[in-house]
Amino acid sequence: MTRLSWFNVVSLTLGFAFLYLPMVILILFSFNESKLVTVWAGFSTKWYGELLQNEAFLDAAWVTLRVAVFSSTIATVLGTMAAYVLVRGGRFFGRTLFSGMIYAPLVMPEVITGLSLLLLFIGIGLDRGIFTIVLAHTTFSMCYVSVVVSSRLVTFDRSLEEAALDLGCSPAEAFRLVTLPIIAPAVISGWLLAFTLSLDDLVIASFTSGPSSTTLPIKIFSSVRLGVSPEINALSTLMIAIVAVGVIIASLATKRAALQRQREERLAVQT
Amino acid sequence: MRRFFLIAIPYGWLLVLFLIPFVIVLKISLSDTELAIPPYTPTLDLSQGWSGIREFFAGLDLENFVWLTEDDLYWKAYLSSLWIATISTLLTLMIGYPMAYAMARSPEQWRTTLMMLVILPFWTSFLIRVYAWMGILSQEGFLNQFLLWIGVIDTPLTILNTNTAVYIGIVYTYLPFMILPIYAALDRLDGSLIEAAEDLGCSRLMAFWLVTLPLSRPGVIAGCFLVFIPALGEFVIPSLLGGSGTLMIGKVLWEEFFSNRDWPVASAVAVVLLLILVIPIVLFQRNQQKQQEAEQ
Repeated sequence: MTRLSWFNVVSLTLGFAFLYLPMVILILFSFNESKLVTVWAGFSTKWYGELLQNEAFLDAAWVTLRVAVFSSTIATVLGTMAAYVLVRGGRFFGRTLFSGMIYAPLVMPEVITGLSLLLLFIGIGLDRGIFTIVLAHTTFSMCYVSVVVSSRLVTFDRSLEEAALDLGCSPAEAFRLVTLPIIAPAVISGWLLAFTLSLDDLVIASFTSGPSSTTLPIKIFSSVRLGVSPEINALSTLMIAIVAVGVIIASLATKRAALQRQREERLAVQT
Repeated sequence: MRRFFLIAIPYGWLLVLFLIPFVIVLKISLSDTELAIPPYTPTLDLSQGWSGIREFFAGLDLENFVWLTEDDLYWKAYLSSLWIATISTLLTLMIGYPMAYAMARSPEQWRTTLMMLVILPFWTSFLIRVYAWMGILSQEGFLNQFLLWIGVIDTPLTILNTNTAVYIGIVYTYLPFMILPIYAALDRLDGSLIEAAEDLGCSRLMAFWLVTLPLSRPGVIAGCFLVFIPALGEFVIPSLLGGSGTLMIGKVLWEEFFSNRDWPVASAVAVVLLLILVIPIVLFQRNQQKQQEAEQ
């Protein structure tokens, strides 16, 4: 389109400043010597040291990581199945209810999801702990996975699958050899999405966790309620850094894969 | 047989962990509070056969919902949630639209990077992004120090623990949800339409008002709902940035459950919140459907 006007430049600059300045300030003050979070008293990494000594935080981080790995993996399997059923399954009894249950958790307020799951767990007498958090997280994140995967399945050229079947593949082989490699990027981004949703969740985890299974967001929330602390700043900085590195690696990897595919397609055209 | 399992496993999972919990909430919202374990009555006693079932249904009533209308706290909380969600959605639109517009007009090679910059905050923890504002907005926080330093104010402003802080928090965390659909709509826009309008004598502002804005409407509507719907049931932002005067229904539900331990009332609050949410959700769905049909 046309060149940017000064108004466009100003709105982009201010907008991105608004999005990023709070995080920049948070990161800067995590290196602050002083206990007072808002007064700069010189550079120091002591809060990182104290953080690594704080066993409550380390325990919570370990619980969170386990919950995230298990729930996102189960959610990816279930969500991919659900996407496949919705896009390819044809008609079956209760299809409308099924697609409703896939989309509803996306717009359901977290407090309601949490409350209803807690009442279920109490109703069937299930002790709350890591297991119940995994169940809860799997339930809402499988819906996100299914949305991501089904958007890829919709644009997918079905004749490739049919060709594989014509050439003698069983349906399972056709899925493994043709469908899965093509939808793999969507499945991976679905897993990543489920993983971050689980790492991030405070409300649903608060309802479904037991006394021995405090997750990191619950721990952060309870200490943040008392006010800002440099230790939490340090922890936040570490989490932001991990996410940034992960996103950069993922985007580089997809870029390389796209280039690779272009090269292969060019070769295929030439031969 | 394979197809049966493929359907039955995710279906069964959602039935047990999504639909049944919801039926339980509905049932408890019709029950009475009691000092017992579980803290409500009646409970279904199948060992008594038919009379147990009849007694169970006879014990259900709408008492909790009547209570919600009688106590000021609840309807004020619903109204104030609606108000806060509406205002913050409008604020997000006012900040998000110019950004999406500038992104759509920027050179081709910048766009992927700009998109990444909008999406990146979404991957970082929601809780941390809200927390970051606590240090900025407090009495001796960064913003007040800055304003005192440049001499705009003489005494620090009280922003943290007010509704203003809640607006800022909602706008900040949900801004990407507003920008992305508007950007998608503007990106699809045919530039020659604007040129035609200008050739036919429109000023740039008029061309924007008569061509660009109406054509980006589906994106604007989608963005507004994507902010409004989660903002309405928000819990973290009002409890960290809001004050004791900030009434939001997500917070009320949480306190009703964890502090007052009144499960039937908490369930009734949840049911009413969901009924309120049905309207924007249906409107949102219809907007998305219309857009899909228009594309085909």
